[in-house]
Amino acid sequence: MKVMKRRVWVRSLLAAAVAAAVVSPAWSQETLKIGLLATLEGPFAVPGQDSMRGADLALKEKNGMAGGKKIEFIKLSSDATPDKAVASTRKAVEQDKVPIMIGPLSGDEGIAVKNYAKTQPGVTFINGSSGAQATTLQDPAPNFYRFNTEGAQWMVGLGEHALAKGYKKVFLIAEDYGFPYSQVQGFMASYCAKGGKVVDKAWVPLGTKDYSSVIARMPKDIDAVLVVLGGSDAVNFLTQYEQTGGNKPMIGGSITVDQTVLNFKGKRRESLLGTASAGPMADSIDTPEWKKFVADYKAAFKDGFPSPSLFAYLYYINTKATLDALDAVKGDLSNGHKAYREALQKTNFKGPAGTVKIDSNRNGVGPTYITEVVKASDGSFYNKVVKTVPDISQTLGLSETEFKKMGLGSRDVPDCRK
Amino acid sequence: MSAAYWRRAINSGAAARMQARPSPTQPSVVVGVDRSEPTTRGWVAFLRRELSVRHVVILVGVLIYPFVASPFFTYQIGAQALALGLIALSLTMLAGYGGMVSLAQMTVAGLAGYLVAIFGHSAATAISLNWPWWVAVPFALALAVVFATAVGWLSVRTEGIYTIMITLAIGVALFYLAQQNYTLLNGHQGFNQVFPPKIGDVDFRAPVAFYYLALACALLGYFFVKHLVRTPFGVALQGIRDNQRRMHALGYNVMAHRVAAYAVGGLLAAVGGVLITWYNNRISPGSMGLGVMINILVIAVLGGMKHPVGAFVGAIVFVLLQNFAIDLVDRERFNLVIGGVFLVIVLFSPDGLLGLWAMVRSRFGPQSPNTNQRRHP
Repeated sequence: MKVMKRRVWVRSLLAAAVAAAVVSPAWSQETLKIGLLATLEGPFAVPGQDSMRGADLALKEKNGMAGGKKIEFIKLSSDATPDKAVASTRKAVEQDKVPIMIGPLSGDEGIAVKNYAKTQPGVTFINGSSGAQATTLQDPAPNFYRFNTEGAQWMVGLGEHALAKGYKKVFLIAEDYGFPYSQVQGFMASYCAKGGKVVDKAWVPLGTKDYSSVIARMPKDIDAVLVVLGGSDAVNFLTQYEQTGGNKPMIGGSITVDQTVLNFKGKRRESLLGTASAGPMADSIDTPEWKKFVADYKAAFKDGFPSPSLFAYLYYINTKATLDALDAVKGDLSNGHKAYREALQKTNFKGPAGTVKIDSNRNGVGPTYITEVVKASDGSFYNKVVKTVPDISQTLGLSETEFKKMGLGSRDVPDCRK
Repeated sequence: MSAAYWRRAINSGAAARMQARPSPTQPSVVVGVDRSEPTTRGWVAFLRRELSVRHVVILVGVLIYPFVASPFFTYQIGAQALALGLIALSLTMLAGYGGMVSLAQMTVAGLAGYLVAIFGHSAATAISLNWPWWVAVPFALALAVVFATAVGWLSVRTEGIYTIMITLAIGVALFYLAQQNYTLLNGHQGFNQVFPPKIGDVDFRAPVAFYYLALACALLGYFFVKHLVRTPFGVALQGIRDNQRRMHALGYNVMAHRVAAYAVGGLLAAVGGVLITWYNNRISPGSMGLGVMINILVIAVLGGMKHPVGAFVGAIVFVLLQNFAIDLVDRERFNLVIGGVFLVIVLFSPDGLLGLWAMVRSRFGPQSPNTNQRRHP
């Protein structure tokens, strides 16, 4: 019966493990638990890890304390699907009883968590890095705060910059989901208004490997290609575009011209020089705040990236805003977080990449950095900041009625073919 | 059920009745547990035959569960496990009693969820038809069953690994269709705000009400399958599983039985799919992607396929692990715990958790006569 004993033992071990998991640690007055959700699984697992680093860094700067209490992160994971994001958030809120929740990472998750936030008015939700417009523009939740700007805001100013470079007609290739829709709208809002034309749009599924059919239908008389693809999709497109003899300059989205693209080794490498893109931060921002942020990040995380990613930066500012407001009210969360939420609304600090503050929809208002790819003295390529556009609101610089007339970005909105 | 048992069943005259093909819903005591009163058809007798003390304890347990558990445990653990269990039950029925491992059960469930969103209410007002739930749900279930039957037609002519491959192909194809079709299925975004109905004063969005809805469906599904496997149809299905050629020689239409099993399994999966869509309040391609399809297989294997209850046992353990593994191991390593537990269970007990239970029982009590014994693995 040796086998039997072992099986019983394994069973007891499992039961004990489950029991240990179910019984959550006792509540202590000195500790304040904050839920922290990022994608530690699925396609965004690597950005998800860096997000956690950003949040950890913000807490580390305060020596793990805020509002006179020790802060404990309850870390949660999703796989970038809204179902999983809500399930994890619900677990933190209803099971671990966190009063404050930070996350999620991606756009569709953000919308789902915002909808869930409405059913939990007693909990304050802070965004992680999700950047869907609809989260705060359509039917916003009064207890959901987003201190970062979103996908459309990140592209404001790039349209004018492209026109200044002489790109009057562009062809668009972008991934077919919410975030690129927003990015394209941010670009087109000013680009179309100032006379630019987007002659055709190619929406490709996330993770597309073969771009030959898209490349074949690109018209000859365009001035540039607007590429709103991320990571490996961008590299695949670039390689195939080069192989078919394409030679038009590129304009990139906020997550297009990253290190994988900059390290592109093809023959067209030199033609990457001058590629313009835009985003809420850039590796080469030349301010003491940014340099300190990068140095702190490097010192804190030996296993991190050479420089903090966009996600680390966004989680950092959102977490910092969360903790600063706790300090401001000395950890007072009474009365349905009334004082705390007022403090959050008043947030205004100088972050690593510019001022962090929010509008009446509780969405970030901040600067966008227009960058171009240049060659460093050692031969490597990097994104050089060529222009900073300050204080971009969620209506992309338009009045609220004008913006409402345009509607939220989608496959067909906005449109300026002819 | 062993072949010997089956032979006995034929010899006892049940075969004659089977060839006359009575309605499968009609209770008939082919494998009589209580042979002393095989003709009793009364409600009380039926209950006495079907229910033991163990059943009553579990029944009372699941009924009072929402009153002792927090809303989180009621909704996210309880209701989700019941809905997932129902989908896994359809696989248990197909695989455990029919010998057909179909990966497309989650696809059938997802399709039912999509259809409820299209026929009923959702945030995508341009697509949703806004039919009332009592029209939308039956239509969704009916179409999902038609789809499941079609999947059956395509896959019953294959065996073993080929069945898995063809159902996998169908599932992945439908996933990509949903991902890329914007006119009907709304692409990547899918449908948001697909809420369960309000009937009278009962709002099924509330955790407790939704739990009871899921529980009612799960119990119906469970007892339906438990009953079905003892009807002539169910027995014939197990016969086909154990020896297809002999059943063919006996005059059974093997293909028709298998397709019918797919249809019945499709109904169970479709009900589970509607529940899980209401549970998430949304459906998108990710809700029926490859990962979720495999999760259903994992749940069924984890629980054990020898008895319908295995699907629910597997679902409870699976949901608990998904929710709480991250508390055991920090950060990105927690999937290791989930994988490790699956590995341990499958390694030490090929019949899943039910196998462990049977081992414990065999030490302390008599073997249950109701377990679905298989001769050929």
